[in-house]
Amino acid sequence: MTLTLGHFLTLGAILFALSVVGIFLNRKNLIVLMMAIELMLLAVNTNFVAFSHYLGDLKGQIFVFFILTVAAAEAAIGLAILVLLFRSKSNINVDELNTLKG
Amino acid sequence: MDVKTGLFYIFSTVLLLAAFRVITARNPVHAVLFLVLSFFQASMIWMLLSAEFLAIILVLVYVGAVMVLFLFVVMMLDVKIEGGRDGFWKHFPLAAVVGVLIVLEMSAVLMGGFRVTEDVSASIAGQASVPVSNTRELGLLLYTQYIYPLEVAAAVLLLAMITAIVLTLRQRKDVKTIDPSEQVSVKAADRLVVVKMSTTQPPLPMQVTEIPSVEKKA
Repeated sequence: MTLTLGHFLTLGAILFALSVVGIFLNRKNLIVLMMAIELMLLAVNTNFVAFSHYLGDLKGQIFVFFILTVAAAEAAIGLAILVLLFRSKSNINVDELNTLKG
Repeated sequence: MDVKTGLFYIFSTVLLLAAFRVITARNPVHAVLFLVLSFFQASMIWMLLSAEFLAIILVLVYVGAVMVLFLFVVMMLDVKIEGGRDGFWKHFPLAAVVGVLIVLEMSAVLMGGFRVTEDVSASIAGQASVPVSNTRELGLLLYTQYIYPLEVAAAVLLLAMITAIVLTLRQRKDVKTIDPSEQVSVKAADRLVVVKMSTTQPPLPMQVTEIPSVEKKA
């Protein structure tokens, strides 16, 4: 039994579903939410790499490169906002982020 | 089942277990460490897909920089471990239903529709017999056809750096600090005034005169 594209895509699907479940379960803790988002990006990147390999097209890997760049920027800014939030509120509970509520 | 298939199953099993521990770990530090483990496994899987450059980049950039940043922030923030997990089991049934639904639907489509094997991909690419360097090929494509997106990516990274610095930089009010630009641009004449005086002065008749202040206020 050799590996098919379906194997890798199914792995990506399971990983993506796990991170969706993680967002459902940890909706209080902002840090774990960000980690779940990173896992989602990892699943999507795995799909890209798998397609790139099995279709013989290198453009998928180029796309993964840019996704990694944007994800690194997102993580840096997200964590900076998190630090800022912790300074002003002394916790990172999502339920208490209601100061913008009208 | 060849070696590659066995490796794939090992790596993906560890990857999924680590991802499961990421979303269920009680301690955020453990969650970050399991996330590091899952990134490593994903990097190995990308190696199986012969994307060597991206696999190395995933380890270097993601594990080396982003995850360490996560770890720093988690340790710095001192989040209470026990708090904030009240809704865990309350949301679990809904989350499990949604997750199982996603997996079943996607794998039903994917396993049925994408039975592309290595031989087919080799015939599509038509150049699998020639050993090519993944990094070289990627670099050739990245610096010719994708040069403008690459520069946009560089601008995004610069923007992220400036944003992170601006967001977290703060002026503390309770300490005395000197503005470095003022401190550097000060001249000697601003601080010290040389006053010409005669070497001997006539004695004053019982009167205290003020000595001219030599130093100006800094």
